[in-house]
Amino acid sequence: MSEHIISLQGVTKEFDTKGGKVVALKDIDLNIEKGDSYGIIGLSGAGKSTLVRTINLLEEPTEGKVLFDGKLLTGLSAKELNLERRRISMIFQQFNLLMQRDAVGNICFPLEIAGVPKAEAAEKARELLKVVDLEERANSYPSQLSGGQKQRVAIARALASDPEVILCDEATSALDPKTTRSILALLRKINEERGITLVVITHEMEVIKQLCNKVAVIENGEIVERGDVQEMFRKPKTKAARKLFFPDGQVTEKPLVRTSTKNRVRLVYDESTAGEPIIANMIMELGAPVNFLYANLDVLGGAQKGQMVICLAEDAATAAKQKEYLRAKGVDFTEIEEDEIDHHGEEGDA
Amino acid sequence: MDAQTLIRLLGEGTVQTLIMTLVGTLVSYLIGLPVGVSLIVTGPNGIKPAPLYNRTMGFIVNVIRSMPFLILMIAVMPYIRKVIGTGIGTSATTAALIVAAWPFVARLVEQSLLEVDSGVIEAAQAMGAGTMQIVRKVLLLEARPSLINGAAVATITILGYSAMAGTLGGGGLGDIAIRFGHYRFQPDVMWITILVLVVLVQIMQEIGVKLAGRLDNRLN
Repeated sequence: MSEHIISLQGVTKEFDTKGGKVVALKDIDLNIEKGDSYGIIGLSGAGKSTLVRTINLLEEPTEGKVLFDGKLLTGLSAKELNLERRRISMIFQQFNLLMQRDAVGNICFPLEIAGVPKAEAAEKARELLKVVDLEERANSYPSQLSGGQKQRVAIARALASDPEVILCDEATSALDPKTTRSILALLRKINEERGITLVVITHEMEVIKQLCNKVAVIENGEIVERGDVQEMFRKPKTKAARKLFFPDGQVTEKPLVRTSTKNRVRLVYDESTAGEPIIANMIMELGAPVNFLYANLDVLGGAQKGQMVICLAEDAATAAKQKEYLRAKGVDFTEIEEDEIDHHGEEGDA
Repeated sequence: MDAQTLIRLLGEGTVQTLIMTLVGTLVSYLIGLPVGVSLIVTGPNGIKPAPLYNRTMGFIVNVIRSMPFLILMIAVMPYIRKVIGTGIGTSATTAALIVAAWPFVARLVEQSLLEVDSGVIEAAQAMGAGTMQIVRKVLLLEARPSLINGAAVATITILGYSAMAGTLGGGGLGDIAIRFGHYRFQPDVMWITILVLVVLVQIMQEIGVKLAGRLDNRLN
């Protein structure tokens, strides 16, 4: 009945440590729809790895409910839970392959657990090796494979049980940029062609941009902002989201703090607004200059998105006119608050 | 003692020692392997934590391990005599070896299994593997090379125990060394016995290392 394949309701997780109770997750509500590629982004220690582990109950929530495909997982017996877990695969930063088994053996592993006959499992493993483009390494052991190849084997293993969901826990964090791109492309293909829901844990915005349609920003065990990736990229509401989406923009703002912190705006533009030289026209029409502080072009889910930080005229009246002009042209912009700049200034760069 | 008698004596002693060692090791593993696995599984970070069992079993293992072998053997001999009818000879010694060695084997197994990457175990749990499946298909398989190396160490230690048991009428090479070498002042017999023991240890260690290497897919 529910379209939500995964639903966390009021999930709280506390750990007892020597130093006392640590709250890793605070009252998390999260709904993930079938077919989503849902990113969960946060800095290390934000609680994202714990969060993803509550989905398949590798971490049992202290409070709250976890539903998978409308079925309550919290409270199932170990046996029942294991049956449900076969519908949710997982891939890891460190790949977690069996070192003593070759590629085919690793891919067969979840099938053996599920009781699939050996010959059938081996045949499926070979097919899946084709899907991940690694046919020629069927009998290689993990120690003979590169990081990217290991993750491909892990992805094939994740696909073996025909799961409805794949949880990706920092799946590309141990890989170089080029390999990361190819793994992300593979995951994207799996999401699009097989309709498998992805839950993507990462600390890298690039991963979200290339792979996800939805995103939740987690900070100190709480989801502080969530929504459509495109939408959040245009107008991130919280400081945490802005920091993750525009890390470079913030750095660029910093050295100029002393000269002027007034009337800065961040513009986001796409194909619809990129055709016209809006800023140039604005300068000419209003006769007041703007200062360019930062500009960048990103590819977001296959579409080009640009962002720019500019400093409008110092006097309020002209600045208001400029803002009016931008609004009239349909350019999305957000004003950058002073405290946001100061905050970043404190952190500084080494 | 003429050469022929000596050779016959040493031959018999070697066979007895090998029987005591191998049977002792085998039975010690029949007990120690499951116990070692259970200590890992029920440990604080195990896949099925059971603190009470874990602490109790850990305590029993420690108590037996803290006793020097000879003292333990003297302590248990009366009970062994009751059960199997004799307190001397190969079978009594083998029984004593097992009593002393299974906790050692359990700890060796525990150490080997600790080396298995916790991430791989987590991956298996995420796939919906049950406890026994994780034990058989992940823990024992992934730790195989280390378990084999451990088995070589265990066998050699038990060989040493069996030689010590010889001094208490246990038969085998230790018995020869003490009877001829010590009581009858025949140091040459003593040294030959030691030489045989050294060769046996070398062979066992070599077999262990070779086998562990051949069965380790991380290397080749």
